[in-house]
Amino acid sequence: MKIVVCIKQVPDTKGGVKFNPDGTLDRGAMLAIMNPDDKAGLEAALRLKEQFGAEVTVLTMGLPKAADVLREAMAMGADKGILVTDRVLGGADTWATSTTIAGALRNIDYDLIITGRQAIDGDTAQVGPQIAEHLGIPVISYAQEIKIDGDKVIVQRQYDDRYHVLEAKMPCLITALSELNEPRYMTPGGIFDACDAEITQWGRADLKDVDDSDLGLKGSPTKIAKASDKVRKGAGEKVVPDSPEDAVAYIVGKFKEKHII
Amino acid sequence: MNNVVLEDYKGVYVFAQQVDNEISGIAFELLGKGKELAAKLETEVVAVLIGYQVKGLADKLAEYGADKVIVVDDPELEVYRTEPYAHALASVINQYKPEIVLVGATAIGRDLGPTVSARVATGLTADCTVLEIGDFPLVAVPGQEQKHNQLLMTRPAFGGNTIATIACPDNRPQMATVRPGVMQKIDPIAGAKAVVEEYNPGFTPNDKYVTIKEVVKAVSDTVDIMDAKVLVSGGRGVGSPENFKQLEELAEVMGGTVSCSRAVVDSGWKPKDLQVGQTGKTVRPQIYFAIGISGAIQHVAGMEESDLIVAINKDDSAPIFDVADYGIVGDLNKIVPALTAALKAEKAAKN
Repeated sequence: MKIVVCIKQVPDTKGGVKFNPDGTLDRGAMLAIMNPDDKAGLEAALRLKEQFGAEVTVLTMGLPKAADVLREAMAMGADKGILVTDRVLGGADTWATSTTIAGALRNIDYDLIITGRQAIDGDTAQVGPQIAEHLGIPVISYAQEIKIDGDKVIVQRQYDDRYHVLEAKMPCLITALSELNEPRYMTPGGIFDACDAEITQWGRADLKDVDDSDLGLKGSPTKIAKASDKVRKGAGEKVVPDSPEDAVAYIVGKFKEKHII
Repeated sequence: MNNVVLEDYKGVYVFAQQVDNEISGIAFELLGKGKELAAKLETEVVAVLIGYQVKGLADKLAEYGADKVIVVDDPELEVYRTEPYAHALASVINQYKPEIVLVGATAIGRDLGPTVSARVATGLTADCTVLEIGDFPLVAVPGQEQKHNQLLMTRPAFGGNTIATIACPDNRPQMATVRPGVMQKIDPIAGAKAVVEEYNPGFTPNDKYVTIKEVVKAVSDTVDIMDAKVLVSGGRGVGSPENFKQLEELAEVMGGTVSCSRAVVDSGWKPKDLQVGQTGKTVRPQIYFAIGISGAIQHVAGMEESDLIVAINKDDSAPIFDVADYGIVGDLNKIVPALTAALKAEKAAKN
């Protein structure tokens, strides 16, 4: 079985959000990490590899430094890494990104493609389903459990108040939730090997059946009209009461003031 | 991408999500916003109702503002699956050529929206919180055509740290998914009727039609936290599932309900449908208690529109205090039961 996991390098927005003095996001000061949903997807692929034997390829699109997340994935146990990078691909929205990744995937054999549900920088959840659409294969989003049965996948697909157990014929694409599993750590031996591992690098010319008019900023149907840092409502009052009784008196007092009670 | 004649596309279309033949609240919210956008564009708002034996729901959509309802009714559409639904919505778009298509940013819409937008080759803006009609570019730029009457879609990004306004000037339809709980539905107009039109593009199963082996509904007798006037929300700081009892008692005396942060769901203390935040639900109750919640940006994104926020946390530097109207630094295990008792006493004194 051949599994391709699409991963993305993202700034870590959890806990370590840093701002410049002018209030804009300081991306340089933030750690670049493997997107959490993608990492869960990779872990799922590695478990299938252990169970059934599979070749796991990780693929990313980004700047040359995105090779770091490919090496991390390989140190966890992925077999091959492919970096899709080219100046003309920059500024892509989800349409252009999914077109690019689909163009890269047309070069390789796969039974299963796994992506994260969404990346923590954009939070769109669009690229996975859009890749499936471009490739003409079934998609199952929001996977909370993945099993293989012969040439079929059986997936628990999460919804707001329920889940569906779905069966699809491979090849197909699955988008993974971080709830899927607890990703493993890199192993020392894996890190050692991954440092020297060869990473395949593809540019525009390597994308199959893709028009220039569908790539990069120019090929993106959505355009940014304005971007700004969020103006948050300011903090209200903060008190450090001497006792629980004082705390309660404070809240009750405020509620009375506001005619809540 | 294909060149389209933009003027051929008319009307604001809303995907009227239904589950188990019951219309989801988001459909009414989208109709409310859709009606407003349609008025500015001097066009109509159309609900697209997809399912099996759902025609009877059309009147309800009319009461919430739909001028017209397009019904795609087929046995293949009984339970949501990506493919037959994507085929249904994409076929409606190709047949009717709407100018705008709005879809709820639900676990269904965030799967259907991207698939359909890729199929009809247009842009899709995810998880919008503001939709307006305006010019693109916002300010005229020499040498570049400024297009009027564009859908301007505003959404949070970077886990809620930034906001971006996005347009889709050269492709149609302009598509957006919209977060539930953000747009206002109109007061229903009793007896309102819409033009109902049935349309069936034909459904021929192929490999993309996945098989549903089982539907497992979460057993939950709790009210939807998005409808609650008061939410008593707990985080990891609550300490244990048993300690949530204190929050439940406070919720009871306040006439509210309990919700929680992602950490609580991840620990298996509470079910996912009670989760507030970026990957949970967006709530805007009159009072939001954040108890033992540190206030990660992803959580704040889902509750900061609450009318009044009361935070209780022992960590003086917890970011939740940056959004709280009233922040109390202290031990929740002591304060919460005492507060419940005090509020009970106040209530008793009033009666």
